[in-house]
Amino acid sequence: MTDSRARVLARIRAAVDGAPEPPAVARDYLPRHAPDAPGALLDLLHENLADYRAHVHRTTPDGVAGLVARLLAERGAATVAVPPGLPDEWLGATEAVRRLDEPRLTPYELDGTDAVVTGCAVAIAETGTIVLDGGPGQGRRALTLVPDLHLCVVRAPEQVVASVPLALPRLAPGRPLTWISGPSATSDIELDRVEGVHGPRTLEVLLVTGG
Amino acid sequence: MSGTFVGMPAFPKAAHEAVRDERLRANLRHATHTIRDKRARAVAELDDWAALREAGKRIKDDTLRHLDTYLLQLEESVTAAGGTVHWAADAAEANRIVTDLVKATGETEVVKVKSMATQEIGLNEHLEAEGVAAYETDLAELIVQLGEDRPSHILVPAIHRNRGEIRDIFRDRMGSWGRPAPDGLSDTPAELAEAARLHLREKFLRAKVGISGANFMVAETGTLVVVESEGNGRMCLTLPETLISVVGIEKVVPTWRDLEVFLQTLPRSSTAERMNPYTSMWTGTTDGDGPSAFHLVLLDNGRTDALADEVGRQALRCIRCSACLNVCPVYERAGGHAYGSVYPGPIGAILTPQLRGTASEVDASLPYASSLCGACYEVCPVAIDIPEVLVHLRERVAEEGGRGHRLERAAIKASTWVLDHPGALTAGERLASAARKALPKRLPGPGARQWTDHRDLPELPAEPFREWWRKNRT
Amino acid sequence: MRVALFVTCVNDAVFPSTGVATVRLLERLGVTVDFPAAQSCCGQPQFNTGYRAETAPLVRRTVRAFEGYDHVVTPSGSCAAMVRHHYPSFGTDAGALAPRVYELTEFLVDVLGVTDVGAYFPHRVTYHPSCHGLRLLGLGERPRRLLEAVKGLELVELPGAEECCGFGGTFAVKNPDVSAAMGADKITNALSTGAEVLCGADNSCLLHVGGMLRRQEAPLRALHLAEILASTEEEPWA
Repeated sequence: MTDSRARVLARIRAAVDGAPEPPAVARDYLPRHAPDAPGALLDLLHENLADYRAHVHRTTPDGVAGLVARLLAERGAATVAVPPGLPDEWLGATEAVRRLDEPRLTPYELDGTDAVVTGCAVAIAETGTIVLDGGPGQGRRALTLVPDLHLCVVRAPEQVVASVPLALPRLAPGRPLTWISGPSATSDIELDRVEGVHGPRTLEVLLVTGG
Repeated sequence: MSGTFVGMPAFPKAAHEAVRDERLRANLRHATHTIRDKRARAVAELDDWAALREAGKRIKDDTLRHLDTYLLQLEESVTAAGGTVHWAADAAEANRIVTDLVKATGETEVVKVKSMATQEIGLNEHLEAEGVAAYETDLAELIVQLGEDRPSHILVPAIHRNRGEIRDIFRDRMGSWGRPAPDGLSDTPAELAEAARLHLREKFLRAKVGISGANFMVAETGTLVVVESEGNGRMCLTLPETLISVVGIEKVVPTWRDLEVFLQTLPRSSTAERMNPYTSMWTGTTDGDGPSAFHLVLLDNGRTDALADEVGRQALRCIRCSACLNVCPVYERAGGHAYGSVYPGPIGAILTPQLRGTASEVDASLPYASSLCGACYEVCPVAIDIPEVLVHLRERVAEEGGRGHRLERAAIKASTWVLDHPGALTAGERLASAARKALPKRLPGPGARQWTDHRDLPELPAEPFREWWRKNRT
Repeated sequence: MRVALFVTCVNDAVFPSTGVATVRLLERLGVTVDFPAAQSCCGQPQFNTGYRAETAPLVRRTVRAFEGYDHVVTPSGSCAAMVRHHYPSFGTDAGALAPRVYELTEFLVDVLGVTDVGAYFPHRVTYHPSCHGLRLLGLGERPRRLLEAVKGLELVELPGAEECCGFGGTFAVKNPDVSAAMGADKITNALSTGAEVLCGADNSCLLHVGGMLRRQEAPLRALHLAEILASTEEEPWA
């Protein structure tokens, strides 16, 4: 192993020996493509999430519990996985059985759970993306992966940014990150996109304003 | 297990069969044309595409120029975050490292995220020989694996299969690998995706070892990035206790910020999406979330040979989006298998001969598998001038003087001499014009026969232009 | 204005009518045309096949032949692209020729500033933009604007216009099956337009596509753009 490390590094050094310094990286691309106004940004996030087949709902902090309860009921979810740190009030109205991920649920237990409710770290309007970083109320990565229904609460405007370049500085690279843009999908059959493979086949996004 | 590319015939010969396969032609035409227009629309949404492309190119050029520094930085970051870094000079070493790691866990099966690097080194075949079953979990890879087939596209390895063929493979083969396909499986993409979901779920849930590649590795943070659609990647990266990632050394990028470029250009170039459904980023190991053991195998396997070539090294900028395949008129007609490598299409035609050398017949034929139309360069999100590298590699092949190239050089030299001696040229042109009535429509001999098999020769003019000029303007 | 005609080896030997048409067109527009007899082949076929050393004498010859001319005009996007993109790698002298070489439609539109060249060509025409003109030179709308201004000409859209015809120099010989398959698709698209003429600005592509059309005895002929632009009511092109 040590030998190969030295060998590969030596090959690299020999290969680029005397090569000119390439031109400096120019970052003259745009920091964002969308306007800065919070209302427009939220509309764009809504539109782009829906474009990739996420179901998008608008509500206020007071309306979250009722909306969560209604969506779980409509999808027939009898059990719901709960990440540590999820605000209690979000599940205040649902009749679904809560399964707190503490201690950690096994993969089989997760597979036997109908839904999961989480918050997020940041949402990106231009791409219709939600990013989870495992913080309070988001849980570990498997939690939002194995159950077939994911309800994700986004607090606007504070969690919404316009673009990928504006999202990255808000994320901590050391944390495990999952970027989600719609339900799972594939383009593997004739290069045409169809939704619903291994990840949650239904993604409900709750955009909460007026907090 | 999937088939291998060993002993492939030269590109023209393989393509000879492919262009006559009506179903293959129809499948490829349908798929590539579908994605082509979508990609153009997804790219057109961004006013600053040219600037993103230039930035991506420069980030990669800087990375390659200082690759040793960035790899050492990466090693330090990954190690600090709880990962273990291994270095593999070639395929054999990488296979050995991975096999030893799997065996140390005591497991006899692994789940795999689609990875070009592990295909390149033939990891599945190696693991199988060592008594470890490797399950491909990407839908297209699953189709290839179940069908004992070879991949023919970077992004969609089963692009040569249409929905009906996929249905047949699932129906006939899933049962011998695990959960059989549901009864009465139809060929609608949604049902086929559902069948894959059911078939693979039991494997994901019991998996103890996952194997992946990575799209990017960030030197400053030690973060690895996997970009995917289906969620199979997340399953393999998250549920097992041990994760082994085999990644080419050129996949490193210097900074966290650099991702802002590639996370914009890669999805739009590959699946024509603003963003792919799932992107996973992890840094070493995290208590209570995901694998407790993480191994990164850094793979050279010919990359440093490519790096040493000042024209050819730009191929190492490639982020494996496959846009060049989707616009390539040659790929569309010859199909991916004709390239005799896991890297087909225009990028394969410049990457494979650099990674493997040009000693074999197929590898020496790859630089010529292009009409140099330039469509690939136009769409490349990291501005790899593929035609430039193709011509450069043709020089190398001609220089090596392999089969046919000594004769070709003699013919080229002769033609140059004639073209450089206008007296001889004029005489030749006059002679050809005088003899034009006697020329048959089909000609024998190398070159001439290939031309006249499909086309008439032009009627040669009564006199060449320079003769007309002499008579009319001097 | 005085310009040098760079007729190209293919046009000289196989398509002299394109050269004659170019001369006639330029003279009609008030340009004095010279034909430096020392010119030969630009070296592109040798270069693109991987024979750089064998290309060098042809580059030197071409550079010498056009010494002293500020405008060198060629009815070939491919040969213009060779000079513009690859000559600089053969040294300073060769590089100095690059900015002085104009593909015909560039010269007409950019230098002379004309799109209506007074042509008359009463036929249904479809246009194939050859790859090197399209992608290496960026000819863009120039050929189309010239064609649209031709009296009597009906221009019809070619489906899949920007796709390569499959010629590709020695590609046509080294990969004959793929080349022919690409050509066949180009022809199918061209025939679907109902055009009488498949027009292009590169005779090497037309040699390939035209040869396939003749083999099939298709009701469509390939013709260089210069020959359409040279045609007038008084002197129609054959």
